[in-house]
Amino acid sequence: MATLIIAEHNDAHLNDATAKTLTAALALGQPVDILVAGKQAKAAADAAAQLSGVRSVLLADGDSLAERRAEPLADLVLSLAGKYDAILAPATSTGKNVAPRVAALLDVMQISEITKVVAPDTFERPIYAGNAIETVQTSDKTLVATVRIAAFAAAATGGNAPVETIAAPADSGLSSFVGADLSVSDRPELASARVIVSGGRALGSADKFQEVIAPLADQLKAAIGASRAAVDAGYAANDLQVGQTGKVVAPELYIAIGISGAIQHLAGMKDSKVIVAINKDGDAPIFQVADYGLVDDLFTVVPALTKALAN
Amino acid sequence: MKILVPVKRVVDTNVKIRVKPDGTGVDLANVKMSMNPFDEIAVEEALRLKEAGKATEVIVVSIGSDKSAETLRTGLAMGADRAVLVKTDAARVEPLAVAKLLKAVIATEQPSLVILGKQAIDDDSNQTGQMLAALLGWPQATFASKVVLGDGSVDVTREVDGGLETLRLQLPAIVTTDLRLNEPRYASLPNIMKAKKKPLDETSPEALGVDAAPRLAVLKTVEPAARTAGVKLGSVDELVAKLKQAGVL
Repeated sequence: MATLIIAEHNDAHLNDATAKTLTAALALGQPVDILVAGKQAKAAADAAAQLSGVRSVLLADGDSLAERRAEPLADLVLSLAGKYDAILAPATSTGKNVAPRVAALLDVMQISEITKVVAPDTFERPIYAGNAIETVQTSDKTLVATVRIAAFAAAATGGNAPVETIAAPADSGLSSFVGADLSVSDRPELASARVIVSGGRALGSADKFQEVIAPLADQLKAAIGASRAAVDAGYAANDLQVGQTGKVVAPELYIAIGISGAIQHLAGMKDSKVIVAINKDGDAPIFQVADYGLVDDLFTVVPALTKALAN
Repeated sequence: MKILVPVKRVVDTNVKIRVKPDGTGVDLANVKMSMNPFDEIAVEEALRLKEAGKATEVIVVSIGSDKSAETLRTGLAMGADRAVLVKTDAARVEPLAVAKLLKAVIATEQPSLVILGKQAIDDDSNQTGQMLAALLGWPQATFASKVVLGDGSVDVTREVDGGLETLRLQLPAIVTTDLRLNEPRYASLPNIMKAKKKPLDETSPEALGVDAAPRLAVLKTVEPAARTAGVKLGSVDELVAKLKQAGVL
């Protein structure tokens, strides 16, 4: 049969998470369709059609799908499910919200946050905040899984799949959208950034966090991240948190500044390609995972690094 | 109105777990166990709604062995009114089965709101709340950072990628908690004593008519590939040189 991907997008743009999920989907060895559900989401559907290896793109466009609420989106996926033996979603907040709802309605057990496709029915996934890796095998009639996007490379573009328009589901009225407060930033998105500059509690205040971290991030065109301690202390916004309870990232370069390296933080960034740690405590656990460490005062080293990179 | 709060007994969040060398799982012998932290937040939120006069009763439910009764007592000591233990000695009860068992409990208890932790910190599935909502045909709001109970509806602010989103759900509804919803209270000694006398009912998957057998086979459990510590450098210039060499600048 075939595999269906629930695309991550914001109507105007297709999120990189979709291309990464496609890589996992192609490893299942079946034709792959991508469902783009939204409102005025033609642009995102066209972008999905350009991904290499896609059989077709299904565009469901309507009011009920505007904010991709779980109830109408799950109804839509369920109406398509008969044609697929695998349904994948990226493990984004939208994917994690809707996929289990679909799985339960199909009476199948979802496999969450797969990091490796061992075989079409067998997957690796992290448990205990990444402190153990479990290999699980499903015998359910339909595979429903979420894909940890940091674990897969993005599929290439260059495809030209047909875009088929399908009907949007009716709205049950069980839930309605009240509003959103999304951070507007010119920086790359944390989940897919090539470089991340992350700050910890040692920054000491929200002002210092901005003053020290932002210029380096600007210089590197990096996303800004934060440890849970920094977020809890109010130095950085919630959605910047990297770790078990925040975002799991795997950029090419991760610079941890004033972060001690609690297990919960390491779980969120230890798959980064190159890790740099800057901390004045040479015994901090972060140095056990860092490729390069500087044991020094961050307030002198980070501005110096920013300056050195500018030259 | 009643609020139901499912709670799970898991390895304490401060324990560094050990993977068994033979690949059969995580070593849970003589390890400190506690209530799943996200579930503590769920209990706290339910108690605050009750204290604000918006709810009349808070019922905690757990699925597991006799030892899960301890976790329920913790919930009672925090202030929940009564508890239900769905007793099973199964080593693994998957989220789908948990959702089915909870659905059966809900058929009896008839709560207007169910608050769950967004995920358990052992299997990190993040599924039970969503699955329960699906099975009941109820609306859901996952990853809550704020819950405002209205008349016949609840407004929930959710932590989503890139910020916050607020949804209004018609009751009955499912809410799952994120980390910043509240700071759970500690149970006081008098309340711990009082909790021992609060009602704790027992039932079982058989009595509820639910097949709780796992669907997934766990083939093996291993430690993640370790990252080796790198080098400590003496200067910023050295760091820049190394990063250029590594091709990441």
